[in-house]
Amino acid sequence: MAKTRIEATINGEPVEFLCEPRQSLLEVLRDVLNLTGTKEGCLTGDCGACSVILNGRLVCSCLVLGLEVAGATVETVEGLAAGTELVPLQQAFLQQAALQCGICTPGFLVAAKALLDSNPNPSETEIRYALAGNLCRCTGYDKIVRAVMDAAALMRQGQGRASSPMQGREA
Amino acid sequence: MATVTNTSNGTYKVVGTRPLRPDGVDKVTGRAKYGADYSLPGMLHGKVLRSPHAHARIKAINVEKALKLAGVKAIVTGRDLPEGENKSVPLGEMSVNPRHLGHNILARDKVLYQGHAVAAVAAVTPYIAEQALELIEVEYEVLPPVMTVDEAMASTAPILDPELRNEELGDQPTNIAKHTQLKRGDIEAGFKSAEIVIEREFRTAMVHQGYIEPHNALATYGSDGRGTIYCSTQGPFEVRGMSAAVLGISPGSIKVVPAEIGGGFGGKTTVYLEPLALLLAMKTGRPVKMVMTRAEVLRASGPTSGSHIKVKMGCTRQGTITAAHVWLAYEAGAFPGSPVAAAAMTVLAPYAIPNVLIDAYDVLVNRPKTAAYRAPGATNAAFAAESVVDELAERCGLDPLDFRILNGSHEGTPHPAGPPYKRIGFIETCEAIKNSAHYKSPLKGANRGRGVASGFWFNAGMQSVAMVHVHADGTASVVTGSPDIGGSRASCAMIAAEVLGVDVDQVRPMVTDTDAIGHTDVTGGSRVTFATGMAVFQAAEDVVRQLKERAAKLFECKPDEVEFRAGTFAAKSNPSTSITIKDLAKRLPRTGGPVTGRAAVNARGVGPAFATACIDVEVDPETGKVEILRCTIAQDAGKAIHPSYVEGQMQGGTAQGVGWALNEEYVYDSQGRLLNSGLLDYRMPTCPDLPMMEPIIVEVPNPGHPLGVRGVGEVSIVPPPAAIANAIYRAVGIRMTELPMSPPRLLKAILARRAEDRTSPAAAARA
Amino acid sequence: MAKVFIPAQMRKLCGGQDVAVLDGTTVGELIEGLGRRFPGVSALLVEAGDLRPSIAVSVDGEIATGGLLERVGPNSEVHFIPAIGGG
Repeated sequence: MAKTRIEATINGEPVEFLCEPRQSLLEVLRDVLNLTGTKEGCLTGDCGACSVILNGRLVCSCLVLGLEVAGATVETVEGLAAGTELVPLQQAFLQQAALQCGICTPGFLVAAKALLDSNPNPSETEIRYALAGNLCRCTGYDKIVRAVMDAAALMRQGQGRASSPMQGREA
Repeated sequence: MATVTNTSNGTYKVVGTRPLRPDGVDKVTGRAKYGADYSLPGMLHGKVLRSPHAHARIKAINVEKALKLAGVKAIVTGRDLPEGENKSVPLGEMSVNPRHLGHNILARDKVLYQGHAVAAVAAVTPYIAEQALELIEVEYEVLPPVMTVDEAMASTAPILDPELRNEELGDQPTNIAKHTQLKRGDIEAGFKSAEIVIEREFRTAMVHQGYIEPHNALATYGSDGRGTIYCSTQGPFEVRGMSAAVLGISPGSIKVVPAEIGGGFGGKTTVYLEPLALLLAMKTGRPVKMVMTRAEVLRASGPTSGSHIKVKMGCTRQGTITAAHVWLAYEAGAFPGSPVAAAAMTVLAPYAIPNVLIDAYDVLVNRPKTAAYRAPGATNAAFAAESVVDELAERCGLDPLDFRILNGSHEGTPHPAGPPYKRIGFIETCEAIKNSAHYKSPLKGANRGRGVASGFWFNAGMQSVAMVHVHADGTASVVTGSPDIGGSRASCAMIAAEVLGVDVDQVRPMVTDTDAIGHTDVTGGSRVTFATGMAVFQAAEDVVRQLKERAAKLFECKPDEVEFRAGTFAAKSNPSTSITIKDLAKRLPRTGGPVTGRAAVNARGVGPAFATACIDVEVDPETGKVEILRCTIAQDAGKAIHPSYVEGQMQGGTAQGVGWALNEEYVYDSQGRLLNSGLLDYRMPTCPDLPMMEPIIVEVPNPGHPLGVRGVGEVSIVPPPAAIANAIYRAVGIRMTELPMSPPRLLKAILARRAEDRTSPAAAARA
Repeated sequence: MAKVFIPAQMRKLCGGQDVAVLDGTTVGELIEGLGRRFPGVSALLVEAGDLRPSIAVSVDGEIATGGLLERVGPNSEVHFIPAIGGG
């Protein structure tokens, strides 16, 4: 099948790739660009493991065609941290033990970022509904919701980048 | 440096604290590599053709057209696998029947469930492989499907496996693979002495573990006759052994490299794609990668059994249980091996009951072969038994927790399967709930109710190997063969750090492949922190012993004259002569060379786990929807090494129990076709479905473990369905006896009750 | 003499008895003794020189890892129970 040349901005960098019309953005990210941080859980948009931010909007990358991202900006889990410095969401997930197997974690981080980008002070209920499209089978969501609340608080205080990633939480 | 946040026991420096997990940064940055993230140069893609029928004879398979498709490199069918022996052989956590295992990997003469693998294709792209599947022609003779245990046990039922026999029926073909019976005391006398007897019948639906990561395998095979399988599995040694058994090759010719694993809950303790990928790699000489779709996961991997359960239980008016008779029939799926024997041994385990009769039947049906799921068998059984216990408590006028405490198993109580318990913490979990802020708070409002229930799980010991290497800078690495599914690298590093007297960030844990470590059984049965942790503990002690010898050389004394405390070695005779591990590590080259500690255990001293849950619900009487308002779970961990990940296991298991209780079920049509093979319709709990879940870690140390550890991974799934059923009863006065208690099912019961109340004045008065 | 508890489904081969008191220093010796007293029983427990894979043995309340070679004391209590797997 003929491939189309696509230009897009992925995690802040200009990217060019060739893509078949039937390839999803998820396949492009994982199989063409080797950005395997975005995960496949269902291919039907039900689990959120493949969440990315496309032009500022949270989407399931399994439901977007690669062709559709021509000229677009895409943010994936790989683009969250600034170099070796973790962002508050990543720090909070570690500190709250908000992951077990970790397969859903990239999707949750991206979905939570999309929430906090638009609502810096969400209530527990708002967090739960914002994350409704992301399934986690390990945690029961408790520690994930707490981590998002913590990250939001850290970001509001502007302290998010102050602590090193490997610092444990205080007593 | 990781800081201590909570030391629940002053004698430990690291154990009981909450350091960041060592694999955490990789997992929050997308760097962690799961099975599907691996690729190799020249890799082919494998896809599986699956049966559209639930029960059919395969009359012919024609692969000619498919093989001619450009880009197709190999096609295999059941005839490409050697016929395995039809008997149980010990392999992995349970015994395995090589013939059944092989027939499940690729059907041979019959397909036994919709989704049963019939052929596998390797091609240069996944698209071509999929196209090739459409070109394979299979001629089926469709047979009537047998979908429930009741149908399958009927004397007129179509037979799934004409060769299947069980010990009791002699030479008669049957779908009942096994009958297990447990018996103690005099059941008739026990019921005679009962003043209150309750007899109820329950049904539960087949449910799936629901791990977010689909099964995957990438295999290579070289001309040296050696294969390598990269995959996400709970048991790399099981994958090696089972793949070898299915392919008829020696286990030693296969290396299994465990990738990060995206959930398993028991479902990744067996093989599906692994032998196929290896077989296709053997045929083509190229790496072959296979990944299941979600529909394949639901249709063709191993869920856990649906069941039909009858419980009869009697007690005195004062509340002492005198007798219990339990009948259990579990769907095994297409091949024998449901967890019904475990169900039999767990169903009454929380209680000291003098007269017990338990009959358990393992029954073939045209559904996928079941696999383990978190405390396998126990949740269905507890739903039944704990509902009856709740009803007995109510009839006696006793608080349901007091009733449980009155009858509760404790040290010395004989387990229903016979042996007496050592120190256990069942009653402590009941007391923890009783004393919780949740249980003490009133629950107000219409259609609201609070329910409690308890659960038991054995936990497992089994074999583990650990190595601890000391590096030149004084750091250490801990190497095990136990895939880390929920934080066990953290607990293993913490155990080593505790023994070595160093900070946990000085210890790096890793999980290695089957060539690099000795036999290590599956990550399952809640055994890793217990058994692999025991091996790590001993391996670290081995390091300390060797380091004492090195210090003795420096101190010019005998090794037993060296004292070790808090990471520092000192001569007993001259305590001012001391050296830290960090400094001693630098001296290793000149005192005898590298130091590696090792330990291999077949762990004894397993400590069983108990949990008790308290759940508040609100029922919407117009829709039958149940909302979980509040949820507290108390579980005996023995000793929590990393409390955050113990809580995580408790919360995660509880959430799965909630899903099992309220929504999850395999829905089949009359032809045995699965109607809900996606995650929209197979409805697992989402974030807004659940409240915060309050974990109470109870610590009754296990006397069989050096740190008091019991397993914590499984038991929390057991209580929720019964606790929710008991809560629904208190909310709307209806005892639900079928799982899931989904809106249509509960609404039907509510409407039936209303109709009954309208027609019967007595019922109206009761309401 | 060790006390061997007979599983429910083997009791019909043992004259309905649920306990047998036997001499032996290992689980294997106890099973041999049981088999001598009640023909047919040992074949239900042992296969190809090892415990059947479907059976676990508990000695003094502890799941034994040594199979037929597991040592038993003079006052040990031995139970045969179904072997099971976890998740």
